[in-house]
This record gives sequence, C-alpha cells and structure tokens, in this order.
Amino acid sequence: MEALLDINWRLFAIVTLNGLTLASLYFIVASGFSLIFGLMRVVNMAHGSLYLLGAYIGFEVSEATGSWLLGIAAAAVVVGAAGAALQVSILSWMQGQDLRQALATIGVSIVAADLMLAQWGGSAYQITLPGAVSSFVPVPVAGRYAMARLMLIGFALVIGIGLWLMLNRTRVGMLIRAGVDDRRMLEALGVNVPLVFVGVFAIGAGLAGVAGVIGGSVLSVSPGEDARYLLSSLIVVIVGGMGSIPGAAIGALLVAMAETYGLAYTPTYGIVYTFAIMVAVLAVRPQGLLGRAA
Amino acid sequence: MTLRRLLTVVVALVLLVYPFVVNSFWLVQIGGRTLGFGTIVLSLVFLTAYTGMLSLAQMTVAGVAGYATAYFTAPTGGVGLELAWPVALILALGLATLAGLLIGLVAVRTRGIYTLMITLAVAMAFYYLTLQNYAVFNGFTGFNNVEPPVIAGLDLGAPLPFYYLSAVLAVLCYAGVRHVVRTPFGLALQGLRDEPQRLQALGYNVPLLRVLAFGLAGFVAGIGGILNLWLNASISPGSVALNPVIDVLMAGVLGGIGHPAGAYVGAFVFTIVDNFAIDFIARERFNTLIGLVFLAIVLFSPDGLTGLVRRAWARWAGTGRRRDDAPDDSTNIGK
Repeated sequence: MEALLDINWRLFAIVTLNGLTLASLYFIVASGFSLIFGLMRVVNMAHGSLYLLGAYIGFEVSEATGSWLLGIAAAAVVVGAAGAALQVSILSWMQGQDLRQALATIGVSIVAADLMLAQWGGSAYQITLPGAVSSFVPVPVAGRYAMARLMLIGFALVIGIGLWLMLNRTRVGMLIRAGVDDRRMLEALGVNVPLVFVGVFAIGAGLAGVAGVIGGSVLSVSPGEDARYLLSSLIVVIVGGMGSIPGAAIGALLVAMAETYGLAYTPTYGIVYTFAIMVAVLAVRPQGLLGRAA
Repeated sequence: MTLRRLLTVVVALVLLVYPFVVNSFWLVQIGGRTLGFGTIVLSLVFLTAYTGMLSLAQMTVAGVAGYATAYFTAPTGGVGLELAWPVALILALGLATLAGLLIGLVAVRTRGIYTLMITLAVAMAFYYLTLQNYAVFNGFTGFNNVEPPVIAGLDLGAPLPFYYLSAVLAVLCYAGVRHVVRTPFGLALQGLRDEPQRLQALGYNVPLLRVLAFGLAGFVAGIGGILNLWLNASISPGSVALNPVIDVLMAGVLGGIGHPAGAYVGAFVFTIVDNFAIDFIARERFNTLIGLVFLAIVLFSPDGLTGLVRRAWARWAGTGRRRDDAPDDSTNIGK
C-alpha cells in the first residue's frame, strides 16, 4: 500500500515537472505570437512554421559547428530575419486588414511547410544538447530528472523576465507599449512606426526560432510540429489574453498542465481538458484572463 | 437578370450532360469531388458572406458527419454500431448540425480574426481527439470500406449514380442557401454582419442568430462531409487534420468568399490543381503550388476568382452600371 502511494507521488511529481517544461516551451513560442499580435493586430498563422524553421536551422548549425549555443544564435537571427522579411514583403502592404493578413500568413505557412518537407524530409531529428546539460539530476520526490528539461524552465523564466524588462524598462519597450495604446499618436510624435513593427516582428519570430531549437533538443523536430505549436500558441493566447506577456505565461501554464495531466491520467481524452479550459475562459472572459477588452 | 437566368440554364445543362462527355476519372474524381467538397466550402462561404464569420471548423463539422456515418454504417475493428442507413444518415446530419451549433456557441462572442482563431483551435482539438481516441473514432486507423447504400437495386456508389447524387445534393444546398438568405432569417443575418449593434437595438437576439447560422452551416457541411466520405470510402484523423481544414478555406478564398457560387468555382479549381499539380510541378510539391496561388489571390484579388471575373465583366460590359461604389464584400468580412 505504501509502495503504491510512493509510486503515485513519484509519477505525479514527474508529470508535474513535465508539465512545467512543456509550459516553458509553450510560453516561449506563444510570447512571440502574443507580442506580434499586441502591437500589430496580426495573427501570424505562420508562427508554427517559424518555430519549425528555427528547429531545423538549429539542428543544421549545431551539427555543423558542434556548438549548441551557436545553433540557438543562428536560429534566433535567421528566423528573426525571416519574420522581418514576412512583415516587410507581405504584411505591411495590408496593414490594418487583420483577416487578410491572417489569410496571407496561412498561405505562407503552407508554402513554408511544404518547402521544409522538401528540404528536411519526413523524419524526426534530435538536436544534440551540450554535454553539461544532457545529464540527470536528483530531484526531491521525482527521483531523477533530465537537466535539460530543468534548464528549459530556467530559460523560459529568463526570457519572460527579459521581455518584461524590455517592455517596461527600456525605450524600445516604451515605444512598443505606446504603439499598442495609440499607434497614430506615436506616429505623429515622429516615431518611425513601420520600423518598430519590423523590429517587433523580428523579436517575436526570433523567439519562435529559439523555442524551436530548445524544443528540438528536449523533445524532437519533425514535420507537423508547426501545426502543433501554432495550435498551442493560439490556445495559450486565447486563454491568457491576446497581446499580454503575463497572460501568455498563465495561459501556457494552464494549457500545458492540463495537457500533461490529461495525457498521463486519461490518455485517450487528453486534448479535451485543454479545450474545456479554452471554452470556460471564452464563456467567462472572451478577451482572455489578462486580456484587455477590445 | 436575363444573363443570370441564362447562366443558370447553362450550369444545369453542364451538370446534366457532364457525365456523357467525360471518362470515369473526371466523373468521380473531378466532378464528384468538386460537388461534395464544394458543398463543404459552400457552408464556409454562407457563414462568411452572409454573417461575416470566417470559420475554420467547417471541415471538422463535415468530419463529424463523416465519422457518424461511418460509425453507424461501416463498423471497423470492433468500433461502431450498425444501423439502417436512413437512421444512420439522419443521425449523422443531426450530429453535424449539433456540432455546428456547439461551435457557434463557443465562437458566438467573438468576431473577425478571433472567430478564425477559435474555430481553428476547435478544429485542431477535434483532430487530436480523433487521433487519441479509440473508443469512438478508432484512433489513427479510423473507418475503412464505407460504402454508400444500395437503394432498390441502385448502387449509389457506382460512378454515374454517385455523380448525380452529388449533383442533386449540391444543387439543393446551393438553392437552399440562396433561398435562406432571402428569408427574414437570412436578412437578419446580413443585418448583423453589417451592423450588429443596430440589429440588437431593433430587438433581434444577435447571439442566437449567430448560433443558428452556425447550425445551418453545420447541416450543409454535414451533407458535403457524407459525400466526401463516400467518395473516399474511408475517414481517419487525416481527413480532419490541419491541411484539409485549411483546404476548405483555400478553396473558398480561391473561388471568392463573397458569393455562394465561389464555393464550387473554388472547389473545382482546387480539385483540378490537386489532381494535375503532378504534371506541371515536381511530385508532392502540390502544397507549394496551391499555397502560392492562394497567396497570390489574397494579395491581388481578395474577392477570389469570381470577383476577378465579375470585375472584368463589369469593366467590359459596364459603362451603364459602374460597380465602383458597391461595397467590397471580402475586405469588410468580420470587421
């Protein structure tokens, strides 16, 4: 009896930690998505593609150079540039037409998914982690837990705090917040708003790219992941509130926990809980938990 | 007006004569697929054009009807419950309508881009549910060998009867949609598309109207879903995954989401590209091609091919009736 209880608690602890790591990953992806939406009202349906692109680039670079950190840096830069290019080449032409922009990014995501499939094929990749973190560390109750996954939680915290500091304590953040509140006034004050847009798009896309490398190291990379992370970003920001970074954190935590506990304890209905959370939030607060009323 | 009547006659003639001028591949894989898939697209166009709500869950609703039909007529791997086909079909359409109503209920307080996001989330949740669940959806495998019924010796699965069945149902759905939008209910829908607040002030129950519109669209999508199921003879999570969900949107946008006819035009073009992409682009790169075509349409002609034709027609024919001041349907959707 006692042994049974023991095992259950251990499973519970491991599932909880798994949920936290998944929440971290969801947060990093969704915060970029939310940032872009918050300023530009663009629902970037190609966000999952950016995630996947980041993962593939991280894989290639870290394989070629043997350095995981270089892989992350390369993914952040290349995917950030891809996001900026998307904004400059397509989305800036239809600024303000949010539905048309969403449709255009859907088109981009279809083409991108297909080209990535052509380039990297259908098989799954795993990005090699640096030796220092590919070990297991003792954790109370759970026993041993992968260092890399714990690192992911730390990574999400750093990114979350970094984003918060950037938005609330820097001049760029001030411009972004001003743009969210009153874009025209900001423009009238002489700020180059289109440039701010491109910059924010690059940051948001870069976050997706970084998340791709981390996800590809801790989990794996394969075609179809783009849809998965687009979906998770959508639900996270619907639950947390569009455009809110703390909202993305709460949303990611709720969604990832529901998904992980659901899969662990009722495997064939795992997705239902995520969905139930979304519906419940929509019924009570259509703008999301921390979202501002439109 | 006479031109419109002429067009109706021409379309009816083409639909009737079509089986006698094409081979069986064109009959079923192009003709049948256009009509079945087009009916699913029609449900999207109905929602978008007349209520301003762009739903990405129409393939999901069609999938509900498909899964229900398969569950009740072709049990696979011990999953399912065989019923007489009329009961099965009534249940399937009922469930599709119910699914439409429920999705409407979830999406009712959202507008424009939020509707798009939430219906996409619903669609993906349903996909993962079908993938994970074996008790009802038979997981990854889904249902196979689903055959249309044989009524009084007439095998509806044979090419010619199946084509005519699809054509009749498609025409009925199209005519039904055209009729509904002229009823007080349909006019109220268009009113709430343009001015929801004003409609509310006039005493209409705006949320109820929206949910009912979703229910009606669910019914239409259900019919398309059953036709689609019979055409493929099987249904699996792949039938309701992201790609088919987006395909419906792409066909709608290609044809033009401002007018019901756009649904079938878009479905036809989509089916043609789907089948013949292999011939003019490397195998398996179909998605790149259709994605680029879609992107081009979004960028250069937001009201789709029908809009393109309409504008070309107006320019060619019309010094008398200038349409420049007519509201542009597609850019106002969901605003």
